[in-house]
Amino acid sequence: MTQTAAGTGTGTNAEEGADGAADEPRAADKPGAAPDGDPFDRDVLPAPKGATFSLLRSLLSPRRGRVWVAAVLLVLQQAAVQAGPLLVAYAIDTAVPAFRDGGHGPLIAVAVAYLGCSLASGALQYTFIRTSARISQDVLLDLRGRIFRHAQALSVDFHERYTSGRLISRATTDVESLRELLSEGLEELLGVALSGVYISVVLLYLDWGLGGAAVLSFWPLYLLVRRFQRRSMLVYRKRSTAIAAVIVKFTETMNGIRPVQAFRRERVNDADFHELNHRHERVNGDAILEMARYVVGSRLVANAAVAAIVLWGAYRVASGDLALGVLAAAALYLRRLYDPIDRLGMFLNSYQSAAASLEKIAGLLTQRPSVAEPADPKPLPPRSSELPGREVVFDCVRFAYRTGGEVLPTFDLTLPAGQTVAVVGATGAGKSTLAKLLARFYDPTSGRVLLDGVDLRELATPELRRGVVMVTQEAFLFSGTVADNIAIGRPDATRAEIEHAAKAIGAHDFIAALPDGYDTDVRKRGGRISAGQRQLVAFARALLADPSVLILDEATSSLDIPGERAVQRAMHTVLHGRTAVVIAHRLSTVEIADRVLVMADGRIVEDGSPERLIAGEGRFAALHQAWRESLV
Amino acid sequence: MAATNERLREPEKEPRIKRSATRSLSRLWPYVRPVRARFLTAAGVAAVASCMGLVIPLVLKWLVDGPVADREPGGVWLGGALLLGLGVAEAGLFGVRRWLVARPLAFVEASMRADLYRHLQRLPVSFHDRWASGQLLSRATTDLMLLRMFLAFPLTFLVVNGVTVLVGFAILLAQQWTLGLVLLLPAIPLIVLCSVFETRYAVVARTVQDQTGDLTTVVEEGVLGIRIVKGFGRHRSQARAFRALTGRVRSTELHKAGLLATIWALIMTLPELAIGAALVLGTVQVADGDLSAGTLVAFLSTALTLRWPVESLGFLLAMSQDAATATDRFFEVMDEPTAEQSTAEQSTAEQSTAEQSTAEQSTAGQSTAGQSTAPQRSTSRNGTLRTTPQDGLRFEGLEFRYADAPPDAPPVLAGIDLHIRSGETMALVGATGSGKTTLTALVPRLHEPTHGRITLDGRDITTLPRDELRELVAVAFEEPTLFSATAGENVLMGAAGAAEADLVRALQVAQADFVHALPQGADTQVGEQGLSLSGGQRQRLALARAVVGQPRFLVLDDPLSALDVHTEALVEAALRQVLATTTALVVAHRPSTVLLADRVALLSGGRIAAVGTHHQLLGDSAEYRSLMSGIEREEAR
Repeated sequence: MTQTAAGTGTGTNAEEGADGAADEPRAADKPGAAPDGDPFDRDVLPAPKGATFSLLRSLLSPRRGRVWVAAVLLVLQQAAVQAGPLLVAYAIDTAVPAFRDGGHGPLIAVAVAYLGCSLASGALQYTFIRTSARISQDVLLDLRGRIFRHAQALSVDFHERYTSGRLISRATTDVESLRELLSEGLEELLGVALSGVYISVVLLYLDWGLGGAAVLSFWPLYLLVRRFQRRSMLVYRKRSTAIAAVIVKFTETMNGIRPVQAFRRERVNDADFHELNHRHERVNGDAILEMARYVVGSRLVANAAVAAIVLWGAYRVASGDLALGVLAAAALYLRRLYDPIDRLGMFLNSYQSAAASLEKIAGLLTQRPSVAEPADPKPLPPRSSELPGREVVFDCVRFAYRTGGEVLPTFDLTLPAGQTVAVVGATGAGKSTLAKLLARFYDPTSGRVLLDGVDLRELATPELRRGVVMVTQEAFLFSGTVADNIAIGRPDATRAEIEHAAKAIGAHDFIAALPDGYDTDVRKRGGRISAGQRQLVAFARALLADPSVLILDEATSSLDIPGERAVQRAMHTVLHGRTAVVIAHRLSTVEIADRVLVMADGRIVEDGSPERLIAGEGRFAALHQAWRESLV
Repeated sequence: MAATNERLREPEKEPRIKRSATRSLSRLWPYVRPVRARFLTAAGVAAVASCMGLVIPLVLKWLVDGPVADREPGGVWLGGALLLGLGVAEAGLFGVRRWLVARPLAFVEASMRADLYRHLQRLPVSFHDRWASGQLLSRATTDLMLLRMFLAFPLTFLVVNGVTVLVGFAILLAQQWTLGLVLLLPAIPLIVLCSVFETRYAVVARTVQDQTGDLTTVVEEGVLGIRIVKGFGRHRSQARAFRALTGRVRSTELHKAGLLATIWALIMTLPELAIGAALVLGTVQVADGDLSAGTLVAFLSTALTLRWPVESLGFLLAMSQDAATATDRFFEVMDEPTAEQSTAEQSTAEQSTAEQSTAEQSTAGQSTAGQSTAPQRSTSRNGTLRTTPQDGLRFEGLEFRYADAPPDAPPVLAGIDLHIRSGETMALVGATGSGKTTLTALVPRLHEPTHGRITLDGRDITTLPRDELRELVAVAFEEPTLFSATAGENVLMGAAGAAEADLVRALQVAQADFVHALPQGADTQVGEQGLSLSGGQRQRLALARAVVGQPRFLVLDDPLSALDVHTEALVEAALRQVLATTTALVVAHRPSTVLLADRVALLSGGRIAAVGTHHQLLGDSAEYRSLMSGIEREEAR
């Protein structure tokens, strides 16, 4: 969905952190959503309590050593930074009188210490940034990889319910908001906290009274921060809903630009967009004002505290019970103490949004694939005959969605090796479910699907995919060249083998006519490939994979008749002897089938050779009749 | 495969001209202009507030050297009150600044976004073919956000901090010029180093952005192509490609962190060294009695106050750099001429006054509200009725090539001459990739022909306002796109002012009666944000959308491909009645669809190879025979 041009530079947009958590308008207010609240309609998937925390721990624990090093570095660095004013106090109270008495020692000590501290703080800062960048980048690498691998491992039924847009935003925007926190916010947040502690301790050490006053001033500040956090969360949440609505409208318009222009939707869209955009503008302004309110409040408290403490200190110096140097140091420290208050608000926001993102990611990662890899995989038995096909048996198979709707009632079905079976029936009759069970995109609710006697659930993925390959209606092309896309069928194929597959399916001519032939990038200039051509590429891919069982699910819908014939020819020649399951609207495909299954409401209602069914009186005969008439 | 390291999906750029950040940013002026008064006031307020911070150390000095040195506890009250007053004023002024700019900032961002959206909607389809929507979206969100941040901070604070630094150093030098000079020493190298770092950082930051974009592409593809990945068991190779990319992102990020670490180390160390030196010198001077203790405290306090303005210059410049890039990216799109504009240029070049006036007219029609189009249309309709009534749809000497195709590539369409008589239905048949879809896109001017012209009832379509043209011609696309709206709205967007009865009729024609069975009937939300419909259902809704307005001309691109045999027969029967009264061009793959048409045009290799009835062509053309029946076409070659 959102292809964020991420990484926006230095630590500048922490205020925007909440935008990272943006795009979740969906579902909640969607009228068509299931009334009982399907968890998949929400962004946050149900996860066991503490999943977020244990995810965080599992990300950090392999890098425990480095995390400690970074922590120590930060502690030392802050110590070096905060030593400055202390040295000023020492210089004024000790070095000046000593110098007047001719003693140069204290002054030299001040000079050396100051030099040491500033060099150390620089060096420590350098090392800390590098160390912490290493940690955060490793964590991100790990997390990105986990999300990606996990998304790939989750079964097709998960992908059908959890929309691709949400999945993509988990792997991009959510990771991005975590990245922002790790690389920009966290260090500052820790630095602010640490310097607060240091300064308070030093002030208390210098003078109990002044230190105590400074510590007391934290209380109103804490209240202010709390209030800001509460209020800003509300307004930021509103803002992310508003921007998400803008994003949805924007993306939809750009993706559907042809109908938009052809049906003159521009002005209507302008008005709709203006409305959404304006709503975002209002709430965006509110968010900025909320920040302004916080900054003014915290500044007021901080400046008042400085004035009060300095006043009190000066009063005590004047009346003689406080050293001048201590007052000077206190004044310098106080400025440092309250300096980062403005920014604290921003970092807390980016922390919050990262926490929300992490929670969503954790929810995703705790999903278990419903189609699991076998613990103890079995190999397929050697082929029983010369022919490459294998026997398929549906043994007491029943399939129902987890939510309860039964799609396929219990049935038995045997497809002998080498048989081409056509499956016909109306939309929703269960044809695709049958195919997906055979391809092991789903596992049956009960019963087994056997390939040459081996349960599909016991086959390792590579073994399964040598056995069964499915070509679907949506012929998706990956970025890369045409040859790359065909080679997905068999990555180690040579160029000759790729071209052979393309020729067999009749795709060679159009590929050769592309600007760079097989090396044409499908997403680049000249790489315009029509829907029918995409399906041919998908077929070439399947031919190259050379499976024992081939499933075609509406795989010829965009092909013209010669294309369809080429596919049929290829099934006779290249794919000869394979077991094939063909689902098609076009009855022309059925002509090459050895056997036809007619499905209705999840049941196989007719089963027989095409000739026998056509000759009969059943649904297929009627369908076929209608089709013959349409051909003229 | 997916590991290719190019910037995917963003059209290749011209070799980047060396640009100046200032020039890029100055293009923002038209958007800032309406709110300039508030911005300037805010900057002034910020400068005052910032300089107020510099006065505080002076009060401190007065306190230390005055009442404190004189051991006069009563005198400190005045100093305290002064400090408090200054503190309150500073906080208040900063608040006023933020309050002044809050609404204007949101306004500027929103108005830029609205402009971008409006412009994008009017850019030709060929532009959208080249640009992925993600790239456009990131301009409308991330980039505009960056610009808002730029207006909020760097723009103001580059000035404010500059002023503060100057005033601060003036104060320092005035108090004790020797110590002032010591502090001034690192400022120059610091600023130089910051700007050097800036340039290098910008390059790395851009690389990270690009690599993250590639990463997003792999993620998207991994999710969208999940059935293929699973179907072929390719998890491992996908994961490998992904790992390679994330590894690359990581090492670039580490490089970036290295640069940051260096600059931060310099920023921390250099001023500290100077302050340390000033402290030692100052202590000596205090001891010698050349300097009061209060001055030293004030001096160090001022130096501390100035650290932030000096340090911030680096990241303010970095933000400005980011903002400049964002501005470039924004205007890269805004500078593309809209379909209207490019036509206007063309006609000016041709010195054709007639066309020019229409182009102007159409721009006028575009900018004014919908009301003006109605009278305009009736006049032009009357005008043409006089000249060539009911001529139908005519293609004359049409040639088309994609603007970005290599010059030696043959055109997609060439020498197309085709006449579809008024009321006639013409089927367009051709092999996969022969240019059928491209030809249909030329009629509503989604693409512009390279040569030749298309006329509707004798009027050149380039002389018609686009709105009028697209009202005359209704289209159903091969890929039926539904919008996030109700099913009824999706259909009714085909015609302005269509009534409930039209909706019912259109649904009837498209056999889309399933709509009535949806949870809320025709008011059910569909599309991206609603109920997802099957391919066949979407196709039927798209067909209903095309016929709802009873358009004069109808262009259907393979409108029945996703329907099952039974539904297809029903749709055909109903569609036949609609086609009887319109002039239609129907792309067809199947004999059954072809039979809807009166005549058939065979498109072969970008040219019209034959025109005739279905039966004539079956007899005359081997290629047509093979396309319609799949019989081997060796003889045709």
